[in-house]
Amino acid sequence: MKLTLKIWRQKNNKSQGKFETYQVEANEHMSFLEMMDVLNEQLIAEKKEPVAFEHDCREGICGTCSMDINGRPHGPMQGTTTCQVHMRVFKDGDTITIEPFRSTVFPVIKDLVVDRAALDRIIQAGGYISVNTGQAVDGNAIPIEKDEAMKAFDAAACIGCGACVSACPNGSAMLFTSAKVSHLGILPQGKVESSRRVLNMVAQMDKEGFGMCSNIGACSAECPKEISLDNIARLNREYFKASLASEKA
Amino acid sequence: MGWLANFLTSSLGRKLLMSLTGLFLILFLVVHLIGNLQLLKGDEGQSFNEYTQFMTHNPLIKFISYGNYFFILLHAVLGIYITVKNRKSKGVKGAVSNRAESVSWASKNMALLGILIFAFLMLHMGDFWLKMKLNQTEWIDYGNGEIKNLYKVVYASYSNWLIVGAYLVGLLALSYHLWHGFASAFQTLGLHHKKYTPIIEFLGKAFAIIVPLMFAILPLYYKLVITAA
Repeated sequence: MKLTLKIWRQKNNKSQGKFETYQVEANEHMSFLEMMDVLNEQLIAEKKEPVAFEHDCREGICGTCSMDINGRPHGPMQGTTTCQVHMRVFKDGDTITIEPFRSTVFPVIKDLVVDRAALDRIIQAGGYISVNTGQAVDGNAIPIEKDEAMKAFDAAACIGCGACVSACPNGSAMLFTSAKVSHLGILPQGKVESSRRVLNMVAQMDKEGFGMCSNIGACSAECPKEISLDNIARLNREYFKASLASEKA
Repeated sequence: MGWLANFLTSSLGRKLLMSLTGLFLILFLVVHLIGNLQLLKGDEGQSFNEYTQFMTHNPLIKFISYGNYFFILLHAVLGIYITVKNRKSKGVKGAVSNRAESVSWASKNMALLGILIFAFLMLHMGDFWLKMKLNQTEWIDYGNGEIKNLYKVVYASYSNWLIVGAYLVGLLALSYHLWHGFASAFQTLGLHHKKYTPIIEFLGKAFAIIVPLMFAILPLYYKLVITAA
């Protein structure tokens, strides 16, 4: 299949980026990233600068691959990372527009690579539980109701890729933060630090300059792990409870 | 008190204020609509004028009405602040805009709709409230002393296609604003529940259609039936 690619090229954080158009010959069994590899080999053979993009596991679980494909983070397929999009979803002769994730908080490092360290700093602010080291505790020592465990697990599926931020017209990181707060806060081990966690993570989220949630739902629609908006409501509840009812400030 | 300032200026604190003021304004719409429906009574405005007299002289109602003006302004100012802040967070928009099917047009255009509603409110207040305040209305006596004849002002406005048209545009914007805003206010409060959320969403959409439609009936009925007769 012959494709026309309009790809965002940007030398570094300081420079102005622009779209460049490339022709590439792919086959429909390739993954999207394999198609990008073909393009890069072609560019290297022509002694041109290859397109920088992030990738790691290429099996949909690491959250490294990013990019907006035709205006949608991780491309046109529901609940799928870029690396798991296959070229069969496109047609011969298609033009595909590829851009980096769009947010002021994610500055472009090069081409399609953006700096998502702001999400790491939100995690550092409270996205953990404190446990003593030593012998591992027995897995079922604390009974947890199945539905609660499933809710926590669904939230824990978040791979921190930042697609929610790019999908959100407000550039908000609420879906990410709420997934982490839910994942830890629903389980008994995470309840101990729940007030401090939600206060610190929201404070960090605000400090990073992410936008405010207006319940549009684009984040959840584009999330490769289909994290639900229930989590955002839970984050709101937990934050109001911690701010207004707990004695922590 | 530092904690309170921190809370109210946090992103979620601001959204909470947005949600609570929005819900108050939703309640106000219901009260306003019930009062206005008296225009359909066909008594040449007597019950409407008596209701106006009551609403402008009862001290409790007066107190609530100042709260109402304050909440409208707070909702508008916060809304503009949030929109500007969010635009800055978003920065460069993607070259291709591709909205997922589950995302409603209204949800992405709340600020635009809000500005339209605010512009409508200015016209609406200038047309009725200001004329009342400046004593530009005539007086009428139903046997309990003279009261302001607001009905006559309403009658004059609703016989003008330009004003009726502006009302319809304002109400359409209100309808879209409520289409997203009603359920969104509950989500912001953290009220998301498997059993109740579908009910809230249904009520929100019903409210967004029925309330603006009932408001719209008034100018249309006056223009097409009463003033045309």
